[in-house]
Amino acid sequence: MASVGIHDVRKSFGSVEVIHGVDISISDGEFVVLVGPSGCGKSTLLRMIAGLEQITGGEISIGERVVNLVPPKERDIAMVFQNYALYPHMTVQDNMAFSLKLAKAESAEIERRVKEAAEILGLGAYLERYPRQLSGGQRQRVAMGRAIVRDPQVFLFDEPLSNLDAKLRVQMRTEIKALHQRLTTTSVYVTHDQIEAMTMADRIVVMHDGIVEQIGSPLELYDHPANMFVAGFIGSPAMNFIEGRVARDAGETRIVSADGVRLPVPQTLQAADGHKVVYGVRPEHIELANGAGGVPAEVSVIEPTGAYTLAFVKMADAEVCAMFDERHAFRPGETISLAPRTDLVHVFDAETGRRL
Amino acid sequence: MAIDEEERLTRASARFWKWGRQNPKSEPEGASTDYLISMPRKVVTVYIPLLIFLFVLLFPFYWMTITTLKSNEELYDYENYSPFWVAKPTLDNIYKLFFETSYPLWLWNTMLVSVVATFLSLVCAVCAAYAIERLRFKGARLTGMAIFLAYLVPPSILFIPLALIVFNYGLFDTPFALILTYPTFLIPFCTWLLMGYFRSIPYELEECALIDGASRFQILVKILLPLSIPGLISAGIFAFTLSWNEFIYALTFISSSENKTVPVGVITELVEGDVYHWGSLMAGALMGSLPVAILYSFFVEHYVSSMTGAVKE
Repeated sequence: MASVGIHDVRKSFGSVEVIHGVDISISDGEFVVLVGPSGCGKSTLLRMIAGLEQITGGEISIGERVVNLVPPKERDIAMVFQNYALYPHMTVQDNMAFSLKLAKAESAEIERRVKEAAEILGLGAYLERYPRQLSGGQRQRVAMGRAIVRDPQVFLFDEPLSNLDAKLRVQMRTEIKALHQRLTTTSVYVTHDQIEAMTMADRIVVMHDGIVEQIGSPLELYDHPANMFVAGFIGSPAMNFIEGRVARDAGETRIVSADGVRLPVPQTLQAADGHKVVYGVRPEHIELANGAGGVPAEVSVIEPTGAYTLAFVKMADAEVCAMFDERHAFRPGETISLAPRTDLVHVFDAETGRRL
Repeated sequence: MAIDEEERLTRASARFWKWGRQNPKSEPEGASTDYLISMPRKVVTVYIPLLIFLFVLLFPFYWMTITTLKSNEELYDYENYSPFWVAKPTLDNIYKLFFETSYPLWLWNTMLVSVVATFLSLVCAVCAAYAIERLRFKGARLTGMAIFLAYLVPPSILFIPLALIVFNYGLFDTPFALILTYPTFLIPFCTWLLMGYFRSIPYELEECALIDGASRFQILVKILLPLSIPGLISAGIFAFTLSWNEFIYALTFISSSENKTVPVGVITELVEGDVYHWGSLMAGALMGSLPVAILYSFFVEHYVSSMTGAVKE
């Protein structure tokens, strides 16, 4: 096990720079998830850690050693690929033993480690099978088994669950997390699915257009997003954004939307009167207003899921989603009164996107 | 009698309906091919074209076989003997071929030259195709195109400069003259075939092997080649067939009878002036084409799967 240091790492393909100086330090035994929309550079960054892409600028270190020029096989890492990359002409056993055989380990040792990994992953009965004879979930496990037997310094996962169906994905997510708790090997996991990131990570790195937007624990990102991008990316359904201006009158601070609707904010807000801002509130932080002081909203669609009810409404000239724990039977077109929870709303600078 | 009549009709119509489409709903899956299911249509769309193909392909073999077994007297007399059948089979022609010419030597030479040239070409082509397709060095595309262009130059233009080279190296009239010149057209061909095949193998497998600690050479030998066996087999068969049938180089670079290959030997030694020894010629052609036919029949499945680009998981 080892820590991983990424210092001002840049990557260019030809004249196009796709990663613009990224700093991340991953401590020993940590499970870090790189998350972001496709094309944000997260996979490229992972491949640079693996040594499959050259580093244009900056420094990557594993443990104490700078690995910029170290070939992949000497980095002591294991990688799980999106399409598993199992060797089709080898049995499960041979797939898992391949790296150990290349390292010229003793055959008794190889057998012991393969058996151990197979036991952890419940693959004992499939050791003689070929990858084509396995289901998607089993192949996924073999790919992980192949990584485990090597007992590497760092595990790298490149969207390992995106080829599985939704149900299996949830199951494997838990399995990977349990596995990490058991092995405590430093892991870097790339995904575009923020739920996966939230549920698995010790720390999340949100990337966008080749830069790091924010690094933090799942709840930190949820509670204190640094900017509009992180706020919109983390959380499901996504946060609602309403454009407006800060209005201070009679010692009270409000955000006034373009069509004059007054939205409540914490009174501690540090912003000049008339400053252009974006008002952000999560669907789960909107309540039905009882009595006066609510914001009027016109219902467009209701989605009952059983566990909660989603209401898509038109509020302050914006499409807003609200989530209620109770069941409601609003009619489309009906006007209801909503109250964002003042202590949980976020206000962002309209120009920079930063949270105020 | 009326009942019998009716029964017969029912049976006939039952048979008819069995042929035709009786109940579309009970047809097996893949209804788009159901036109193949009814028997009369199957005869027209499948069996008759198949028979025509079979006839066209097998008739030369049949002709070679009966000509081989005919005596000269029978061969030149269409009035009294049917041209399509052998009245008095004889092994004289085969005897003449094997014991009065150097045919066994020619067979051996052809075999030796084809096998060695094919092997050499495959080794070079695997390395070239891997480098162009996977190492992605600067100018890889250009090299690929250049190799392809080299294949387009016809042997009838190349044989004169090649003859000069062969002669100056002192290889004239030795098996090496052919073993070393055949790869000039075999390597480009095999390289292109293998490039296409290598491209169909997921790149992640190699990256994974790279992380697992394999060197480039180990990746080639332990991952890529086992997965390309169908491609290697079809490239090998093609190369073998091309060398086996090659004529111009073998005619130009070889002069002594004991070094000739089958295609050249048969033409040069069984045609004396304007006398064609048809029986022995055909015997030689038949014996010469059998090894290739047998080779094809063994590997036909691999061969087809690689031609149709079967990508496996």
